Amino acid sequence: MVSIILFAPLIGALIAGFGWRLITIQGAQWITTGLLFLACVLSWIVFFTTPEQTQHIELLRWIESGTLSTSWGIRLDRLTSIMLIVVTTVSALVHLYSFGYMAHDENFKEGEESYRARFFAYLSFFTFAMLMLVTSDNLVQMFFGWEGVGVASYLLIGFYYRKPSANAAAIKAFVVNRVGDFGFALGIFGLYYLTDSIMLDDIFADASRLSGVNLQFLSWSFDATEIIVLLLFIGAMGKSAQLFLHTWLPDAMEGPTPVSALIHAATMVTAGVFMICRMSPLVEFAPDVKTIIVFLGASTAFVAATIGLVQNDIKRVIAYSTMSQLGYMFVAAGVGVYSAAMFHLFTHAFFKAMLFLGAGSVIHAMHHEQDMRNYGGLRKKIPYTFWAMMIGTLAITGVGIPLTHIGFAGFLSKDAIIESAWAGTAGGYAFWMLVIAALMTSFYSWRLMFLTFYGKQRGDKHTHDHAHESPMVMLIPLGVLALGAIFSGMLWFGSFFGDHAQVNRFFGIPVHETAEAHGEADDSHGEGVVAATEGAVEGNGTEVVESLTEDTVTEGSHAPATPAEDHATATAAGSGMAPQGAIYMAPENHVMDDAHHAPVWVKISPFVAMLIGLVTALWFYIWSPTMPARVAGANRPLYLFLLNKWYFDEIYAAIFVRPAFWIGKHLWKRGDGKIIDGGLNGLAMGIIPFFTRLAGRAQSGYIFTYAFAMVIGIALLVTWMTMTGGAE
Amino acid sequence: MSNLLSIVTFLPAIAALILAIFLRGEDEAGQRNAKWVALIATTLTFLVSLFILFDFNAADTGFQFVEEREWLMGLKYKMGVDGISVLFVMLTTFMMPLTIAASWNVNTRVKEYMIAFLLLETLMLGVFMALDLVLFYLFFEAGLIPMFLIIGIWGGANRIYASFKFFLYTFFGSVLMLVAMVAMFADAGTTDIPTLMAHQFASESFSILGVQVIGGMQTLMFLAFFASFAVKMPMWPVHTWLPDAHVQAPTAGSVVLAAILLKMGGYGFLRFSLPMFPVGADVLTPLVFWLSAIAIVYTSLVALVQEDMKKLIAYSSVAHMGYVTMGIFTMNQQGVDGAIFQMISHGFISGALFLCVGVIYDRMHTRDIDAYGGLVTRMPVYAMLFMLFTMANVGLPGTSGFVGEFLVLMGIFQVNTWVALFATSGVILSAAYALYLYRRVVMGDLIKESLKAITDMTAREKWIFAPLVVMTLLLGVYPSLVTDVIGPSVGALIADHNTALAAADRLGDAQVAAASH
Repeated sequence: MVSIILFAPLIGALIAGFGWRLITIQGAQWITTGLLFLACVLSWIVFFTTPEQTQHIELLRWIESGTLSTSWGIRLDRLTSIMLIVVTTVSALVHLYSFGYMAHDENFKEGEESYRARFFAYLSFFTFAMLMLVTSDNLVQMFFGWEGVGVASYLLIGFYYRKPSANAAAIKAFVVNRVGDFGFALGIFGLYYLTDSIMLDDIFADASRLSGVNLQFLSWSFDATEIIVLLLFIGAMGKSAQLFLHTWLPDAMEGPTPVSALIHAATMVTAGVFMICRMSPLVEFAPDVKTIIVFLGASTAFVAATIGLVQNDIKRVIAYSTMSQLGYMFVAAGVGVYSAAMFHLFTHAFFKAMLFLGAGSVIHAMHHEQDMRNYGGLRKKIPYTFWAMMIGTLAITGVGIPLTHIGFAGFLSKDAIIESAWAGTAGGYAFWMLVIAALMTSFYSWRLMFLTFYGKQRGDKHTHDHAHESPMVMLIPLGVLALGAIFSGMLWFGSFFGDHAQVNRFFGIPVHETAEAHGEADDSHGEGVVAATEGAVEGNGTEVVESLTEDTVTEGSHAPATPAEDHATATAAGSGMAPQGAIYMAPENHVMDDAHHAPVWVKISPFVAMLIGLVTALWFYIWSPTMPARVAGANRPLYLFLLNKWYFDEIYAAIFVRPAFWIGKHLWKRGDGKIIDGGLNGLAMGIIPFFTRLAGRAQSGYIFTYAFAMVIGIALLVTWMTMTGGAE
Repeated sequence: MSNLLSIVTFLPAIAALILAIFLRGEDEAGQRNAKWVALIATTLTFLVSLFILFDFNAADTGFQFVEEREWLMGLKYKMGVDGISVLFVMLTTFMMPLTIAASWNVNTRVKEYMIAFLLLETLMLGVFMALDLVLFYLFFEAGLIPMFLIIGIWGGANRIYASFKFFLYTFFGSVLMLVAMVAMFADAGTTDIPTLMAHQFASESFSILGVQVIGGMQTLMFLAFFASFAVKMPMWPVHTWLPDAHVQAPTAGSVVLAAILLKMGGYGFLRFSLPMFPVGADVLTPLVFWLSAIAIVYTSLVALVQEDMKKLIAYSSVAHMGYVTMGIFTMNQQGVDGAIFQMISHGFISGALFLCVGVIYDRMHTRDIDAYGGLVTRMPVYAMLFMLFTMANVGLPGTSGFVGEFLVLMGIFQVNTWVALFATSGVILSAAYALYLYRRVVMGDLIKESLKAITDMTAREKWIFAPLVVMTLLLGVYPSLVTDVIGPSVGALIADHNTALAAADRLGDAQVAAASH
């Protein structure tokens, strides 16, 4: 079944890409979309029937050389099945949405150029590559998917090939991603060097052994696990647009909006997070790099949020918001709560895809105007889009009832991360960065809403007069995603971030007998939570919340029981067996339990931050609309700094791009031209014409010389051999 | 068929002879006949060569299909293939019909042109099959004469300069190689290559004029062969003849040059340098590594600023050959497998890229990147093919370009991480220059007046590309087709090399560790 899911998009891409002339453009669209929906349905079936034991399906041999043996294969476990539904669901909906969005495009000559079949083929190809990435059971195939999605992204960012900015953005995306791939590749080489295998199972089985090994890398000696995980993380940074390798993501918005929703929000950019979670049995043994991941993730969340505050292009705001949310996920992974990272990845896919598709709907309505300064008052004109965006905003800003598990998707998953950050860093840097970022997230998300849908109409009057609601094919995907944005958090909270036993069961981590008692205790606590939530629904919230908090405090006494359970798992890992389960948490890692017992002020802090952001946005954009200009004027340097995205692009151009061209030019003109040719040739070019003349002023010149020289050589050789006795 | 190899080798030469004797007239019919004779001959050669591949026993690491007979003046004619050479033979016979088909638009001195290419094929095949030193030398050196003619007669405006440069570099290397060959014969008393491979040349250090020569005679002989093969590859810093030769050569000449002639250097390292002078190779391995790493970074940066399409691809070839030399000298299974794979794959990919340039050169008669832009609107099929091979060139997984590069880098990582670091940075730079080229030529709006009427690829052109597309993707998805053939022979090569080093007491910890991989 997984094979069908995997290859359906590829078949669709091939048919649409090469056979659209036979089956018409409409046919190509329906085939790709139909196959994607098939894959989507099957993915959900797989998700609900995911086996506890990891399954392996081998398809075909791939690279084999000496002890290196790679095959095309599928690894099916919980992590895979989560990614399957995320990828196929969003992709299927984006395919459907593109029927409407791509119907007319002024970037192409109507009637003459058929771009739609190509677009659908690219989308399906992307989906295939992404599925290869997430189903891979070895690192090289993951790398295949990794680069494959990079190419699909390149092709789709540069889809409007007439626009120079789109072409530049496409190259930038590919090259910056290659910087990450460079790290990823070195990580794979290192792992092969150390473990003699690139199969995930073999590597995981060896993980505990590696942590003591020293690896000589470059001129220094490192702890093997640390350096490998660091290299892999560089790969993740590129793909997931983390700080320093993030510059491509905002530019990637040059692509058509459905692409931004699918690739640059919901799926591809989360590949880095997925990879770190997938490698958790290894990452757990690299505490120092985990700290780096937390630091970079938190910084990314913060920096991206600050830039998002002042952007005017609706897609760029959402792009920076994506980057910021990816930072959140990395923090969760870095503190060791991989399930929370996956949780946020999961919910984020729904609400962020919806925000993008909603933005696409706005752009569609406004005739490809993307500057929010030219929007305003659109909520009456495009009501369905407005409500969809509203749900998305409520989800991303994390609206919910504090201290319960009722709220929009982002409320549950983001709070889970913030609590984990508090527990994992002892309330340090990452926690505060994330809370501040949550405040800014709320501000810029509401700013987007207010600028677009409220206030007076700005910009071109004609465009506003013709603003129209999008067709049904675009609204249905919005509706489905809205359901996800509302309910996905509440439905799966227990599985991703509930009590230990529940999470273990969900991810297929075996529960050992020693832990059974503890598991039961946890279970009862879990029921308590459910009861509490139910109570809250009925209306007597405060009471239940109090009792829940008490329960939480008393539950704290259970914590010491945890190591016993994990110890058993650790022994299994130590004995050369890959740890069971889709993710792995080391015995000493109880960040998740600690997070559950975070104090009340920690738990409500994101909610408070969200409220402050909302009120500020209201103040700036509804109550006192002149305020933003005044604030920007008063803090002009800061404003410019943020507007110019912390000048990352300018700095990179100055220290990487221009020097590369400069060095290239000089190596060519001076190195090749003056030194090598000038030196070697200068010497020889003087001699050779002399020989040429010597060889008789024959017309054939140098060719004759050459043949002559060769014959002389052979003659000498033969003479020598004859003199020394000849060949046997 | 006991003389299968000779049949394959000399089939093209016989066709050339037929052309030379029987074909008269430069009129249109004569030209057409010359083209068809050449195409049929090369295709037939390819079909016959398939027998070699099918009957080849990969598990046997020795030479197969061996032919041996007396020749003039006590010399021997000996041919044979093993796992290392057989795929080069196949690459040559595979590429030649495509090369001829790509020359369909040639209209000056067609007969001579076809004769040159047919002779060239015979000589190139001979290089990969010869098992006698003198025979090898003959094929190796004589092969350059048709190439000279091809550049010198059918080349571009500055062909004289390019030919001179080509000549100069190769001559320099060949002389030294010849000297070393004489020395080898003096020492071993035979010119039989398999015997020489088993022969142990002296490796005791001595000093000349106060300079200590570690590895003694072996090092010196290694250097002499190195001079020839390094120029052929070409390695930095003796690479500058290649861009000029490519730029001046006609399209088909560039294809042969990039796809096959460059591989002779790599083949030479594998056939001579490593098995015959293991100690010398071991002494100079760090030098080769660093020259290769410099080549990758240096030529990639140079490629970035090129204004001529062919020059850009030529520099990219030098960078890719850097991976090959690096891989060969890692002397572990992944490295050498990767190097051979990279050579085969580069044959298809660079051949296809030069054909891509040829397609638009035929239409616009310029290679200036600035003269193009926005071709995608008028040439969608071309845009797609060029994209595919650009991606294969930057080593995208799923194409054959990835497998070789990846294996080589995996091999070098086990030996020297610094070199691995520099070499791996090539994946970033290659993406930069290749996509930058693609953007300037294919992407953007088509605004140049001169391009408004450009037409997409003809059926003939598409058929030339089809086999290359198939091979690039097939080897990318199922590389075992190649690694199964070369694996055992490479394994034996490495084992022998390590045995020889152990005997000379030069086996370091690195090799011991690598041998276990």
